[in-house]
Amino acid sequence: MSLREIHLTVNGEARTATVENRLLLVHCIRENLGLTGTHVGCETSHCGACTIHVEGTPVKSCTMFAVQADGKSITTVEGLAGPDGISPVQEGFWEEHGLQCGFCTPGMMMTATALVRVEEEPSEAEIREAISGNLCRCTGYVNIVRAIQFAHRKIHSPAPVPVMAHEGGE
Amino acid sequence: MVTTRTTPEVGGMGHSPRRKEDPRFIQGKGNYIEDIKLPGMLWMDIVRSPYAHARIVSIDASKALAIPGVLAVITGKDLEKYGLHWMPTLMSDTQMVLPTDTVKYQAQEVCAVIATERYIAADAIQAVEVEYEELPVVVDPFKAMEPGATLVRPDKGKDTNHIWHWEVGDPDATDAILKASDLVVKQDVYIPRIHVASIETCGCVASFDKVEGKLTVWMTTQAPHAIRTVLALVAGHVGLSEERIRVISPDIGGGFGGKVPVYPGYVIAIAASVLIGKPVKWIEDRMENLQADSFARDYHTTAELGVNRDGTLTALRVKTLADHGYADSAANPSKFPAGLYHICTGSYDLKGAHVEVDGVYTNKPPGGVAYRCSFRVTEAVHTIERMVDIAAHEIGMDPAALRMKNFIEEDQFPYKSVLGWEYDSGNYHAALRKAMDIIGYEDLRKEQLEKRAKGELMGIGISSFTEIVGAGPSRDFDILGIKMFDSAEIRVHPTGKAIARFGTKSQGQGHETTYAQIVAEELGIPMSQVQVEEGDTDTAPYGLGTYASRSTPTAGAAAAMAARKIRDKARKIAAYLLEADEEDLEWEPGKFSVRGNPDAVKTIQEIAFAAYTNHPQGMEAGLEATHYYDPPNLTYPFGSYICVVDIDKGTGQVTIRRFVAIDDCGNIINPKIVEGQVHGGLTMGLAPSLYEEISYDEAGNCLGGSFVDYLVPTAVESPHWETGHTITPSPHHPIGAKGVGESPTVGAPPAIANAVVDALWHLGVRHIDIPMTPARVWKVLRDHGVEG
Ligand code: FES
Ligand code: FES
Repeated sequence: MSLREIHLTVNGEARTATVENRLLLVHCIRENLGLTGTHVGCETSHCGACTIHVEGTPVKSCTMFAVQADGKSITTVEGLAGPDGISPVQEGFWEEHGLQCGFCTPGMMMTATALVRVEEEPSEAEIREAISGNLCRCTGYVNIVRAIQFAHRKIHSPAPVPVMAHEGGE
Repeated sequence: MVTTRTTPEVGGMGHSPRRKEDPRFIQGKGNYIEDIKLPGMLWMDIVRSPYAHARIVSIDASKALAIPGVLAVITGKDLEKYGLHWMPTLMSDTQMVLPTDTVKYQAQEVCAVIATERYIAADAIQAVEVEYEELPVVVDPFKAMEPGATLVRPDKGKDTNHIWHWEVGDPDATDAILKASDLVVKQDVYIPRIHVASIETCGCVASFDKVEGKLTVWMTTQAPHAIRTVLALVAGHVGLSEERIRVISPDIGGGFGGKVPVYPGYVIAIAASVLIGKPVKWIEDRMENLQADSFARDYHTTAELGVNRDGTLTALRVKTLADHGYADSAANPSKFPAGLYHICTGSYDLKGAHVEVDGVYTNKPPGGVAYRCSFRVTEAVHTIERMVDIAAHEIGMDPAALRMKNFIEEDQFPYKSVLGWEYDSGNYHAALRKAMDIIGYEDLRKEQLEKRAKGELMGIGISSFTEIVGAGPSRDFDILGIKMFDSAEIRVHPTGKAIARFGTKSQGQGHETTYAQIVAEELGIPMSQVQVEEGDTDTAPYGLGTYASRSTPTAGAAAAMAARKIRDKARKIAAYLLEADEEDLEWEPGKFSVRGNPDAVKTIQEIAFAAYTNHPQGMEAGLEATHYYDPPNLTYPFGSYICVVDIDKGTGQVTIRRFVAIDDCGNIINPKIVEGQVHGGLTMGLAPSLYEEISYDEAGNCLGGSFVDYLVPTAVESPHWETGHTITPSPHHPIGAKGVGESPTVGAPPAIANAVVDALWHLGVRHIDIPMTPARVWKVLRDHGVEG
C-alpha cells in the first residue's frame, strides 16, 4: 500500500493529506480533511451528492482519486458562505424551500453555484438540464429550480429580489 | 384559503416561515450517520451471496484475516453461539441475521468483516472465500404457490410457500351485486417491486461501553423508540436491557419507509461492538441498498368492478398475491398483514366489496415496506383508480363524469365504507372540479379528439384518491404489540422560550419547523423560540416514529394537546397574577386578559416567569406537559389529480405535458412545506409509473440493483408540477390536520397510467402495467398496429 502526500487548496486554505493512491477524493474530503458536508449517495457517479468544485468546475468527487486533485484548488459546500454570510444560492435554497432531508443539497448547490455565474438567466429547461446529474428524492425539483432562479436574480439583477408568492401562502 | 390566527413573528399555523433546520443543511453542517466518527471506531463490511438460493458449504476467512488491519470475520455460526443468528421481523415472522447453512436470496448477508478502515474492510470481503452449492430457485410467486414448488422456508415446518391468507368483506353479497350489475370489468394489475432509494443509504454506528454496560447506537431509523424495544427483546438474553440501550437517529437523508425495518447489518454491527468492545460503523453502499434492503409493493392483483349502464359503480372484488420474498418483513400494524389495503373502495360509494390477499415466500429479498405511502394504500388506490377508468371507457362515459356520479357525497361524512372504515371528512366533488377547472378539462378533451383525428396520441388521466393515514387508534393498531400512539413533551423555560420533544423522527419533512408552529399556534410563543428535538431515546418521549404520514395526525396532535395542558396551568397562574377568576380570563395566542378589562393582561412569557418565580402556593412550580396521543380515528386526506400525456409513436416515450394536483390534507400548518411535500411525492409517484422497477431473472438475479438500471427521475424527467388545495378539516384532530407526505405518491401513479391508457384506448388497449417505460409502450404500440 503506497501512501502519497498531496497538497491542495480547500476552500481557500492550503491543506495537506497523506493518502493511498486509490483513495477517492470524496473520502479524502470527508475523512482526511474532516469536511463532512460533501455526501456520498452512490460512489458510482450517478447521484451527484458528492459534487464539489475543482478549479471552479463542478465535479463528482467520487469519480476522482484524491491524488488527481494534488496541486488543485477545490471548493466544498463549507466554502460557499463568504464573510458576508451565506451565498445567494444558499439563500435561495432556504427561501424557496429547495431542500427537505438536505442530503442531496450540498452537491445540488455546488452545481447550482456554477450555473448561476452565467450572466443570462437560464430558462427552466436549461436549469433542469444543468442539475440532471444531481438526484433529489425529496423535493420533486420544482423548488430547487425556484431556488436557482432566486439566486440568479439576486446576483445579476440590480433590482431588489421580489419574494416569490407561494401557492396557498400567507 | 389558508387562514392565520397569529402574526408572522409568532408564526403559528398557516404561515410559511423559512425552515428552522435549514441553516445547518445548507452550510454542510448536517449530522448524518456517515458523519459520526468515534475514537477507535472500526469499519464493518458485508460479504453477500451471489446466488438466490444456495447451501453454504464452507467459509474460509483465513486470507481475509491475514490482511493487516482485519480484526474479525463474523459468521452465522458465531452469532448462533449467542442465539443472535435469527431475529423477528416487524410482522412477527423471522429473518436471518447471518445464515448458518443456507442463503435465500441474492445479496443476502453471508458474513461480516471488521477492520480498522473502510478500504481494508472492502479488501477483506473480497478475500473471504465462500463455497456454495446452488439450490433450485423459485422467483415467480404463482409458481411458488404450486404444489411441489421449491420450499423457501422449510424451517416453518409447512409444506408450502404460502405465508398467510387474509380477507375482508362479504363474499356472497359482493358476488350477488356483481351478478346483478350490467357489466363487470375484470383486469389483472401488477404493481411492481420498487425501492425507496433515499439518497442516503442505511447505516449505523454501534458503540458498546464495556465499563458501563451501555450500548449506544446511532442509526438511520424512522422509529428509534420501537427499535430500542426490539433490540432489548432480541438481545435481552445476552445482557442488553432496555435502560442500557440508547438509540439515536441523527439527521436522516430521506426515509420513505425504507428506514423502518431492522436490517441484519445493524444487528451484526451491534454484536461486533459488544464482542470487540469498540465502536463499529457500517454504511451500506448503493447496490447493497437496492438489492438487499426491504422492497415495496410487489402485488399481483385481479380486480373485478361492477358497473351499470347509467354509470353507477356497484361492487368490487379483489384477489391479490403478495410476494414477500423470503420473509414477511413488512412494517404493517400487526392486525393487518396486507396493511390498509381495504381502503381499495376508494372515493366511491360502493355497496359491496370483498378483498382477499395471500402472502407468499419467494427467493427474493424480504420486505413489503412502504414507498412513501401508508401501509399498502398505493396498491389499493392504483387498483380502484385503474378499474374506475376502465369501467368508464367500457361504458363510454367520461371518466370525470363517472367519478362525479359515484363519489361519496359531502353530506355522507363521516362515511362508513362497506369494508369497515369510517372516513372522517371529505368533499371529493370540489377537489375534482377544481382540478378540472385549472387544467381546462373540457378543452383538453376537444384537443384530444382533434389530435386523434390527425393520428397523434394524447391522453388525459384522472385519479381521485382517498388516503388513510395517521395510524392509529390503539383498539386496532399496534406494531409488535406496542400501540400506535405518539407523543410530545413541551417545557416552557422561565424566560418564556420552549423546548419540545417528540416520539417521531423527521427525515426531511421539516418537523423542527412545523411542530414549533403548532406550539406557537397554541401558546403564542414565537416559533423561532421553540426548539424541537426528536430521535434520541434517552431524551425524547416514547413514540412509534415517522412513517405512513402519521407525524402530524399523531405527534402533531400530541403537541397541541400538551400545549393545551400548559395553557390550562398558565390560566391558573394568570388568574393568580391578575387576581381574577379563571373563568373571567380570555385567551388569545400569547396572552390572557380579563374579560371587559383589556389592560389587565398577562403574556405567556410573564406567566412562564411566574411559574418559576411567583407561582401560587400549593401549585407545582414549572410549566411543562407531556401528552401521549391516541387518535380516535385515522385521517383520510384526499385529492384529485389530472395528468396530460403525449406519446411518441416512434419511441414509445411518454411525456407529461401537464399535471395538476389538488390535495386536501385538512388544515394546513405550513403551506410552503405542504407544497414541497406534494412536489416530492409527485416525483416519487411518477418514478414507478414510468421508470422504476426491481425485477429478477429466473435464477433470482436482481435486475435493477444499481443506479445504472434503477432509474430515479432527475429534474428532466420530472415535470413542473402544478399544485393547489381544498381544505376540509379533520373533525376529530385537535388542529384539524390530516397529514400529506404520501398523498401524491399514492395519487400520481394511476393518474399517469390512466392518461397513457386513455391515449391508446381507441386502439384497443385497455391496460398497461407500470412502469410504462418507452420499451413497454413501444411494444404495445407495435402490437396494436401503430407504426412510428
Ligand atoms: S456519490 Fe458521487 S455521484 Fe453519487
Ligand atoms: S432534499 Fe432529500 S434528497 Fe434532496
